[in-house]
Amino acid sequence: MKIRFKLNGREIEAEVEPNTLLLNLLREHLHLTGAKYGCGIGECGACTVLLDGEPILSCLTLAVEVDGREITTIEGLARDGELHPLQRAFLEEGAVQCGFCTPGMILTAKALLDENPNPSEEEIREYLKGNLCRCTGYVNIVKAVKRAAEEMAR
Amino acid sequence: MSMWINRIDTHILPINFQYHAPKTLEEALKLLAEYGDEAKILSGGTDLLVKMKQRLIEPRHIISLRNLTELRGIREVEGGIHIGAATKLREIERSQIIAERLPLLHEAVKAIGSIQIRNMGTIGGNLCNASPAADSAVALMALGAELHAQSIEGERIIPIENFFKGPGATALKPVELLTAIRIPPPPENYGWAFRKIGRTSLDIATVNAAVLLTLRGGRIDLCRIALGAVAPTPVRAVRAEEHLRGREPTPELIQEASELVVEDISPITDVRGTAEYRVEASKALVRDALNLSIERAGGGGR
Repeated sequence: MKIRFKLNGREIEAEVEPNTLLLNLLREHLHLTGAKYGCGIGECGACTVLLDGEPILSCLTLAVEVDGREITTIEGLARDGELHPLQRAFLEEGAVQCGFCTPGMILTAKALLDENPNPSEEEIREYLKGNLCRCTGYVNIVKAVKRAAEEMAR
Repeated sequence: MSMWINRIDTHILPINFQYHAPKTLEEALKLLAEYGDEAKILSGGTDLLVKMKQRLIEPRHIISLRNLTELRGIREVEGGIHIGAATKLREIERSQIIAERLPLLHEAVKAIGSIQIRNMGTIGGNLCNASPAADSAVALMALGAELHAQSIEGERIIPIENFFKGPGATALKPVELLTAIRIPPPPENYGWAFRKIGRTSLDIATVNAAVLLTLRGGRIDLCRIALGAVAPTPVRAVRAEEHLRGREPTPELIQEASELVVEDISPITDVRGTAEYRVEASKALVRDALNLSIERAGGGGR
């Protein structure tokens, strides 16, 4: 089946099977390996991408279902070689340990800041609760999101 | 569930099927009439795709609701509040109408999964998946919701009490599609509460409970208590409701009523909790929910 969608700002055309998962289209066919395969059943958030700006799980989404929509992956956040403030803040706060959860974590945090530019710690933790970090670096992750929010407000 | 993760490759969807994305409701109903038993409806996919990955179901046809905008949206209508079955859980959570008119549903929907799950999942999907633990189900039972089902033969209205038939089973015929949820206007000055116990706030409920009640002249008038994850379907605690109706809500009465919930539940032991724990948790949740509801109805509580 032929689908067309916007991926990180670019129009994309792809040939997919009905049972192709969005995650596998991104990673294996389009070679965007930022989104990760974690649990495969909607518990961990490692495969998070933005669909029309909202975080969704690409391992539980059929690729055909994004026809005509807009997808943003972690690869689409930097602009002209400049990291997104969230990416910078994650580096500066040491919010990255093994890095496996980071792409999903940053994309979910981006959706949060787009919706609520000045979230409280509680709001950050609530919004990010579907993104699991098994290095357990949550403290620095929360700090990084706060720092990015402050920077983006400037 | 944790045992399944390592045994089954959830990396791919190992099932071939024909994908349909009807443009109109009529077209969707025709497809259902044609493929019925062999078809599954794809709404948000958060439950369906997991079950397909685990090969618990292997549908030959997938009928996607993605183009059916008529199945989306929340509006006030003459008979109450209408929610399209394919309305995203996140949209319900964000809805001003729901937050103001049906805070019980607002709170129950917010308790479902993560942001990602609520951006994908729909209210109709949460109901049709028929998990005994569905958070939206107990709230809608307490609210006395009616479910609208359509087939090419026409429309049928099913009270939510008659909708659930067992884990994963509903009253829908294979040719029927759940199109809308209709919630009657809630009574004046009602009290309500939603309570959920899970290991983490992301979890499926170990036990959940919803209460809606009104007071008249200091006595309990209307009273609905619903519990989830303690029987093959979400259930009403009818004995407890009867014990409360027409009586003054003293701490003793609330205690007696919460003990009575055991009459209407039949919990099992599973990975989320033991049957014994669920019995005790049910009593405690109902007692707390009743106290909070009475307080919210202006009765002062405990």
